[in-house]
Amino acid sequence: MSVADNLQRLTGPYEQRSWLQRIPAAWWAVAVILLFMPVVANDFWLFQVMGWTFILGMIGLSLMFLAGYGGMVSLLQMTVAGVAGYMVAILGPSGANVSLGLAWWVVIPAAFLIAAIFATISGALAVRTDGIYTIMITLAIAAAFFYFTRQNYSIFNGYSGFNLVLPPKLFGVNWRDPMAFYYLSLACATLCYGAVVYISRSPFGLALQGVRDNPRRMAALGFNVTAHRVAAYALASIFASTGGILLVWQNAQIAPGTIGISAAIDVLVVAVVGGLRRPLGPFIGALIYVLLQVFSADILGLFGFSADRFKLIIGIGFLAIVLFSPDGVLALWDRWRARVDARKAAETRGAP
Amino acid sequence: MRKTLLGAVALVALALPGSALAQSNNTIKIGILVALEGAFATGGQDGVRNVEMALKQINHTVAGKKIETVVAPTDTKPDTTVRQARKLIEQDKVDIIIGPLSGSEGIAMRDFAKTIPDKVVINGGSGALETTWVDPAPNFYRFNLDGAQWGYGLGNYVVKTKGWKKVATIAADYSFGYTNFMGFAIDYCKSGGDIVQRFWQPLGQSDFGGIIAQLPNDVDAIYLGLGGTDAINFLNQYQQAGEKTRLIGGTIMADQTVLTARGRAKEALKGTPTSGPFASDSTDPAWVSYVKLYQDSFPAAQRLPSPSLFGLGYYVPTIAAIKALEEVGGDLSNGQAKFKAALNKIQLDSPVGKLTLNENRQATGTVFVTEVVDGSDGNMTNKMVAKTENVNQTLGMTPEQYRAIGLPSRDVVDCAKMRGG
Repeated sequence: MSVADNLQRLTGPYEQRSWLQRIPAAWWAVAVILLFMPVVANDFWLFQVMGWTFILGMIGLSLMFLAGYGGMVSLLQMTVAGVAGYMVAILGPSGANVSLGLAWWVVIPAAFLIAAIFATISGALAVRTDGIYTIMITLAIAAAFFYFTRQNYSIFNGYSGFNLVLPPKLFGVNWRDPMAFYYLSLACATLCYGAVVYISRSPFGLALQGVRDNPRRMAALGFNVTAHRVAAYALASIFASTGGILLVWQNAQIAPGTIGISAAIDVLVVAVVGGLRRPLGPFIGALIYVLLQVFSADILGLFGFSADRFKLIIGIGFLAIVLFSPDGVLALWDRWRARVDARKAAETRGAP
Repeated sequence: MRKTLLGAVALVALALPGSALAQSNNTIKIGILVALEGAFATGGQDGVRNVEMALKQINHTVAGKKIETVVAPTDTKPDTTVRQARKLIEQDKVDIIIGPLSGSEGIAMRDFAKTIPDKVVINGGSGALETTWVDPAPNFYRFNLDGAQWGYGLGNYVVKTKGWKKVATIAADYSFGYTNFMGFAIDYCKSGGDIVQRFWQPLGQSDFGGIIAQLPNDVDAIYLGLGGTDAINFLNQYQQAGEKTRLIGGTIMADQTVLTARGRAKEALKGTPTSGPFASDSTDPAWVSYVKLYQDSFPAAQRLPSPSLFGLGYYVPTIAAIKALEEVGGDLSNGQAKFKAALNKIQLDSPVGKLTLNENRQATGTVFVTEVVDGSDGNMTNKMVAKTENVNQTLGMTPEQYRAIGLPSRDVVDCAKMRGG
């Protein structure tokens, strides 16, 4: 890290510099790389790898928000994303004749609203439980919704779901064009990331973290613990819904398989592999997940194995990460930095 | 984070030259889009095997050009399929995609194919009717019959030969179940049969008790449009309930996976007529030599006893692609225009008889009716009892008549109306 960065850590967070100066150099580098990626990367990387990473990252982010700040591990986030995605397909235009074909400015707010209502109601059911019971109840709701969409033909079009769900051609841009979609998903991901960072430092976010650490004391201080948790579910639904709507546009389709149990667990894997402590974790987890999903068959091919064992690579990859760093990839980075800092501190102390 | 970035950059570096190198003029790249995870994984592996076998026959060379393959594994979910297809086109830069394997994947690929007009997609076994019937893609070809075609001929056989004129039906509650049932029902009702009750069972739901209790007693037979473990579960519960009504099977009801399953359940199937795209005991020399080629190409432990439905589903498109490539001398220039034209007018002599394509690029071919009998080795097997040649996409009707019936769904075939007209 740069000198300025060290200085910042030495002087502590209460110094008098503008917020712009306080952003570490590494962040600038990431921003530049992400903004100028379309110059070097081909369509596949922009649309498929990075677009999918941002989408999964946002859905993972909503889980990270609940689990990291609220202490509630919810397997519901993919379902919330799915509700928003399904709403876009049902209310807006699609290839299936069940769709209503409303205009986008009705569809998108309605999708967010319905997903938020769904998340709030499910959250209200789940918040009175703890630990493994939260996981169980959210998994139950996710499974119920999955089977419901698969068997309901009048609204959800059953097993085959919806095809040809395309984003509106706003401002004359085809938002499924790889570069347009890349910037769209990047912007959404940045906004969601910023929102989570901001909320985590707001009074609500601090209260939520208090509720996570000691609900009884927070209740004694006059905070309504249940209301805070339910509100966290409602807030998290916004990030999941953004991801869900983009996911439908990226695939141009949604079907029960998109929101199945394995997809719900994939979101958990993404968040855990990246790290549940910081909002950056899910995005890193998502990148690893996407790279493994896309290239595992090729990696096997490189070593002369048959491609039908591609799940092996994915499994081994995740196993290795969780084994060596139970807190996810970000914790590896933290540990490495702590070691470097300790060495530096030792050097400065050693010098006269 | 720097580490992750480094990792990502390294991966990019690894991936880029691979795709760049392959773009030389003297290779043709074929992407095999196939389910290698989930319920159809065994069939998918057989599909890959069959593509490799067909290519080995020509030594991986057509008109002086080398053929390379890339396998893209799916899990039968349409979104995974489209992701993998996009990877094949954009990252691996393949010229031709062979696949996908299952129905809803096929519909997703029809829509994806429209976004890559310069490439060709040749279906590999998926049988949804809508794929080549509703708004078909001009570069999507299907050399296998669809699910409704597979059901054709069976109805006529059970009415005319067996004399079963009143049936109840139980079928899987999803698109293939509807489609396969539709083909049977159209033919059956036209031949003078009547369907008195229809039951729909969600895929993978193992309890058939409710349906078995409700089955009417005064029917000649029961049509079963189930497959895999659902079929075995049904047969077990059916026998335990002491039911003995005769059965009629859908295309995946009496296939090798059910007939070679352990337990006594399958014995209920003895004498059950079914229909499908091939008959394993066919004496047609083309079929016999195909089975021999299959059995000689792989050691017994690395293959199925005989080629499966999906194996055949991937073999046929591969030989079609080879034949068309030979005809145009491997010329894929100008958006593959010549190759597409050659595919359109191909007359393919396949192991299951002559196949031609119609204006929707959907195959017209032969449907076999078989009956389950005791095999020589103690197992049960299928015996061919009838076949219908030249079954086309509209099952012998005009497109308007066929369109008037509607798309496959629970109650699309109105039996009384069908019998009258």
